[in-house]
Amino acid sequence: MTLHFIEFELNGRSVGGTAEARTTLLDYLRTDGGCTGPHAGCEHGVCGACTILVDGQAIRSCLMLAVQANGKTVETVESLSESDEALHPIQQMFKEEFALQCGFCTPGFLMTLVALDRTEPRPSAEEMRAALSGHLCRCTGYQGILRVVDRLAGQRA
Amino acid sequence: MNDAPTASAMRFIGKRVQRKEDARLLTGRGTYVDDVVVAGMLHAAFVRSNVARGKITHLDVTNARALAGVVAVYTAQDIDLLGVRYANSIFDLPEHAHPDNGLLARTDVRFVGDPVAIVIAQTRAIAEDGAALIDVEYLAETPVIGIDAAKTMAPLHAGWRNNVVSSFSSGDNAEIDAAFAEAAHVVEDTLTNGRQVQMPMEPRGLVVYADGAGELTVHLACQSPHLAAAHIADIFKLPTQQVRVLAKDVGGAFGLKVTSQRDELAVIAAAIILRRPIKWIEDRLENLTAGGQSRDERLRVRYAFDADYRLLAADIEYDVDYGAYPHAMQDSSSLVTPMFPGPYRLPKYRWKSTAWFTNTAGMVPYRGPWMMEMFGREVLLDIAARQMGIDPIELRRKNIISKDDQPFQMPSGIVLTDISPRETMEMTVEAFDLEEFRREQAQARAEGRYIGLGLANGVEPTTVSFGHYSSDIAHLRVELNGKVTATTSTFSQGHGTPTALAQVIADRLGIAFEDVTVMEGDSSRSGFGSGAGGSRQAVAGGGAALVASDMLREKIQRIAAYAFNASTESIRIESGVITVEGSPQISSTIAQIAQMAYLTPDRLPPGMEMGLESQYRLRPPMMVFANATHACVCEVDVETGKVAILRWVAGGDCGQLINPSIVEGQISGGVVQGIAGVLFENFRYDDSGQPMTATLKDYLLPTALDVPRVEFRHMCTPSTTPGGFKGVGEGGAMISPPALVNAIADALAPFGKRWLNMPLSPDRIICGLEDDA
Repeated sequence: MTLHFIEFELNGRSVGGTAEARTTLLDYLRTDGGCTGPHAGCEHGVCGACTILVDGQAIRSCLMLAVQANGKTVETVESLSESDEALHPIQQMFKEEFALQCGFCTPGFLMTLVALDRTEPRPSAEEMRAALSGHLCRCTGYQGILRVVDRLAGQRA
Repeated sequence: MNDAPTASAMRFIGKRVQRKEDARLLTGRGTYVDDVVVAGMLHAAFVRSNVARGKITHLDVTNARALAGVVAVYTAQDIDLLGVRYANSIFDLPEHAHPDNGLLARTDVRFVGDPVAIVIAQTRAIAEDGAALIDVEYLAETPVIGIDAAKTMAPLHAGWRNNVVSSFSSGDNAEIDAAFAEAAHVVEDTLTNGRQVQMPMEPRGLVVYADGAGELTVHLACQSPHLAAAHIADIFKLPTQQVRVLAKDVGGAFGLKVTSQRDELAVIAAAIILRRPIKWIEDRLENLTAGGQSRDERLRVRYAFDADYRLLAADIEYDVDYGAYPHAMQDSSSLVTPMFPGPYRLPKYRWKSTAWFTNTAGMVPYRGPWMMEMFGREVLLDIAARQMGIDPIELRRKNIISKDDQPFQMPSGIVLTDISPRETMEMTVEAFDLEEFRREQAQARAEGRYIGLGLANGVEPTTVSFGHYSSDIAHLRVELNGKVTATTSTFSQGHGTPTALAQVIADRLGIAFEDVTVMEGDSSRSGFGSGAGGSRQAVAGGGAALVASDMLREKIQRIAAYAFNASTESIRIESGVITVEGSPQISSTIAQIAQMAYLTPDRLPPGMEMGLESQYRLRPPMMVFANATHACVCEVDVETGKVAILRWVAGGDCGQLINPSIVEGQISGGVVQGIAGVLFENFRYDDSGQPMTATLKDYLLPTALDVPRVEFRHMCTPSTTPGGFKGVGEGGAMISPPALVNAIADALAPFGKRWLNMPLSPDRIICGLEDDA
């Protein structure tokens, strides 16, 4: 199996090493990148639990190869806040709205919402909900997550 | 409920306190089993059968063993050397054996996904490469697919007399036949559920190592470390204390992780044989096809009513497909037949239940495994109401029991107490203007739109206590710094027990919520207990924590009273500060009392045991009942068959709430799983036993676009257990299906059809509307 040298920016720091061509970015981040935030929920691009940002875009890291990240900027949920006392505003809303239970799907939801939050013009609640339909949560019935969307949309009105 | 005169006022029980565990989970620092890394760890992958039923005619692992990076390959021959036989000491019924075909299939395979070989390698990728190199051939046989086939075909398990897992009945009862013969109205039909998977976002998985003589450590995605340890110890004939099961975070379970299955046990067997740490993480294909399935069942209901619409008798027959290897479930009835009468006066009752083996993935309990009692009863009541020409809510009013009717013995023998079915139903109905709704409905129909309102009542037997599920424990200790650490036998897979129990403890002790840490998830750390299962943790765990807190508070009061020369009754504890009533100059802290207790024995009352710890093991009653009424409004598009849910009101009585937001999270999560079973989820096999819905593109789950906003209404009838708590984990998943089906049926009432085969997906609704039969 041929190894490829890759180098990319992960959460503000340069990382590099070798990867097999077939290694997904998700597996690379979890085994070599020291990340535990992106989760393998389905490994076929449906559930959204592995969602990260690559060059600012929310992507499924189970559907991207590690070698494709070469030279790019990668952000995972680990980058969102400096401390538990100063969570990212969207993380804080998730906490306040009980938008998570087991927490396995949560990093994916957060990264998609963070990407939308940076978008100009800012998306409507309807657009945010549509984007979140690419994420599965089995615990909450989405109730708290929908309240977070309401609040984000309210802030923008 | 705070009856102790010197305790501080209730400040945390009943409050929407934010969860302690969230900061960690929100920042990606959860430790799910796939996050566990152990030095020297190898990785496992399975070879699984691709035929539903057949003989293994050829199995050659030579090429896999030769692959660089593969450390070992095991088949049944290797695993069987351990002398292991599958059984389940926790869930097995007396005199009901399990079909024995090894942890890995020995001679034949019995469902698509049946594990045949396990490859252990340096990486998961190499293990999968190795699995692909294993040469296996099957002589395919005609599989038993579906309940009707199971009834008529020869037994699929060698040595079995038929395909019956178990069968029970109430016996013949001629009075029932007489009741039906004399009834003014008889209503009959059969409701069929679709097969569903639990589908926690985190699949199953474990990291296992035999790290010394007789020691076995298992990091396991499970619902109860203790029960898992007991089961694993039994299987491998190890002393229980030598099996340590740990889990920090588990990404949902819903019943799937209630017990270890054959493949998980095969990984443990491999680690014992190889004497190396092994990780196995189930992938989603395995999870969907072989991880465990549920709800493939049907219920025939016959109801007899008198001329005044009062129930005279019910006669039901329940059949359920348990697949080839059911796990944690052999009882065909479970709670379906005992709970079917529900919160209604039902003078006469006859029942029969049978569970069937088929060549499909095994049954594993799914949240509210007995939900057919609620589903069948409430859907048939609406059908009966339409047939008899009475409003469905009026029909229920004529038969439902109220608080004043209890204790109330159901005809199955179960005695209902401390619930409020009539009161909760009326509370829920009040959320709607029914007259206005009927006007809107008529107006909509005139415009060719179909909206409907559905309601369902249910009684949830929570905290079901038997055998290994008889008790839970809380051990509390005040540390030298005055902070409290609790080790409990509860276990959260998202349930929020570390928060809810901390609320109870802080409340009863009179200390800050932040000063309480609840530790769970390690069978070597807390005393034995049952973890998550049967909606029990608020009652059993919360109650144990409450009593242990009261014991600890009393000891603090006694030490303080002795130290300050005051009476025990005059000692107050608030926010961790200790004061003496009538002596405002005296003030101390929990930390100071703890230091006395641990460091200066001379300052303790004579004869008092040193230390500041307490422990209580709560034995709950056999069942603690909760009840609910859910009602919803939907619109059915008769052109496309799509159902849109417009409103959902969840009325419930689960006693004293510890944390309303956590309770509502349990209810809404269950509601959406129930809605999913009505509208989307259906795990299908073709006639040859091939799974047709093996990816999440084929097996449809609800998304944020598909769910209603759930409106909650709480009624509080406390239980008689400490704190007045009740369970709430499963009811939402059981009551939402009949509420929604009744709304759909109400919307489509002008078409005169019955809606009985789940899921009511758009194609089924269109076909049903077009069906002339």
